[in-house]
Amino acid sequence: MTAAPSTVRARETTRRPGRSPARVVGKLIRQATLLAAGLTALFPIYFMTATALKGEDEYLDDKWGLPWPLAWGNFGDAVGGGDFADWFRNSAIFTVGSVVLSTVIAALAAFAIARMRFRGRDALLTVNVALLVVPPVVMILPLFVLFTQLELVSTYRGVILIYAGLTTPFSVYMLTNFFRSIPRELIESALTDGASHLRVLLQIVVPLSLPALVTLVVVNSLYVWNELLIALVFLPEDELKTLMVGLTVFRSRYNLDVPVTMAGMLLAALPMIILYVFGQRFFIRGLTAGAVKG
Amino acid sequence: MLRTRPWVPYLYVAPMVCLLALIFGYSLVRVFDFSGRLIRGASGMWTGFLNYDLVLEDPTFRKAVENSALLLLAVPILTVISLLISVLLFDRVRGWRIYRSVLFLPYILAIPVVGIIFSYVFQLNGVLNEILRGLGFDALALDWIGDESLALWSVLFVIVWREVGFGIVLFLARLMSMDETQLEAAQIDGAGWFQRFRYIILPELRGTIEFYAVVAMITMLSGVFAYVFTLTQGGPGNATQIVEFYIYNQGVRNSLPGLASAVAVLLLLTTLILIAVLFRVRARATEEQLG
Repeated sequence: MTAAPSTVRARETTRRPGRSPARVVGKLIRQATLLAAGLTALFPIYFMTATALKGEDEYLDDKWGLPWPLAWGNFGDAVGGGDFADWFRNSAIFTVGSVVLSTVIAALAAFAIARMRFRGRDALLTVNVALLVVPPVVMILPLFVLFTQLELVSTYRGVILIYAGLTTPFSVYMLTNFFRSIPRELIESALTDGASHLRVLLQIVVPLSLPALVTLVVVNSLYVWNELLIALVFLPEDELKTLMVGLTVFRSRYNLDVPVTMAGMLLAALPMIILYVFGQRFFIRGLTAGAVKG
Repeated sequence: MLRTRPWVPYLYVAPMVCLLALIFGYSLVRVFDFSGRLIRGASGMWTGFLNYDLVLEDPTFRKAVENSALLLLAVPILTVISLLISVLLFDRVRGWRIYRSVLFLPYILAIPVVGIIFSYVFQLNGVLNEILRGLGFDALALDWIGDESLALWSVLFVIVWREVGFGIVLFLARLMSMDETQLEAAQIDGAGWFQRFRYIILPELRGTIEFYAVVAMITMLSGVFAYVFTLTQGGPGNATQIVEFYIYNQGVRNSLPGLASAVAVLLLLTTLILIAVLFRVRARATEEQLG
């Protein structure tokens, strides 16, 4: 698909034959545009980080300079003032629970849709694609009433079900596309050798689909981890609050102490930033996979 | 295709069908029912189209629709910026990998984090205005989220700031998967940068551009609640009131689920029209691929 590194380098040299003034100006314009865009992207992140390390007075004096001396105490105050440990734990439970549930359910369904023949197969795929665009806000009111009757409001399992449901259409859509690209002969020869369907799925299809599964897990985890509306509506009790809801509570509590607020934001953002730095490939590939191929 | 006992496939899809029926099926049917009732608790009196009448007469709702429509301006803005930047990166400008990582960074930050950071950046005495004043542009140091005529544009800016990273990476991935012999031939024939963009890159990307535009449109209609919630809470006044936030406010805070459901139905119908567009776009893209 993409050019191997060596050919990229080779082309790069053929692309820049001379150093005419027009070329230099063009190059400068490109660099300037990208530099401006890059600085715009970075500035708020810089602001968060620098402010998190300033004393309160220092912040009021100088809002955009580098912090000195470093006020590490803000992080202690943030941790002491918010229930970050609880919020992180809750977010992790909802994320892991719903992503595992959604991935298992979607893998089973996608295997049948991609590799078996049955009535209603195409309709199921169409329904999943259509559900991709239903706004979650449309569903919260009926779901809230139903979940109140079923006593699922303010429970881990209730909200895990909602998140799993919301992410399943995308999971089914993506996995079906991927499973279809697995050579049929592999599956059929295993079946003639007497393997059961479930064994074929677990021992042939899943290992071959690991890249797709990893990217799917990344996309869905990001969605659940970052979700605000459903967490706000379905988890009114303090001890079940997710990180995203917790942050809004935290902000209103520390409204005037901007450095402590920013220390809290940085604490909340750090896990994702670290994951991104180490697993950038998965993020970028994962988020574009469904779109570039389809 | 596998031959199996006829009931086996249904066993595999059953969990998915149950889950989707519970989460989507139930609520999408019930929201229509709710929208015609005066809901108290679990149900209520049938009132026909009263909720719709009430909503359509509500100036706050009209403002919300107007603002949601204005936010759709982000769609062309996002498309043009991400297209431009992805093409610049595709030229393998020095440091393009670093630029790609940096420009994608905002997208991995959670929306509440972004909203809260920007609510301080945009304060009247916030860092943006301090910089503007420091540079001598005192007249430009405006009340970005406190002024009714500016607040929505500030929200729009924040949305573009975060969401553009996805577009850039999407277009760049598509560009890097394309067959580059044509581009090289054009280069040898002396085609300029703009000609290559106009006659080779743009047609090649058309499917992806259409896809991205539809995705961005759906995001703007149903995925910007958290921005408004953390940046402005719909204010000042109703200056940044949007449809999603209106549904939340009426349904959850004001305990008027019937009224909120009427708005939800209207939003759903609007989205259904978008599904139709999406399907047409996809059908056309497949046709092109098949030749």
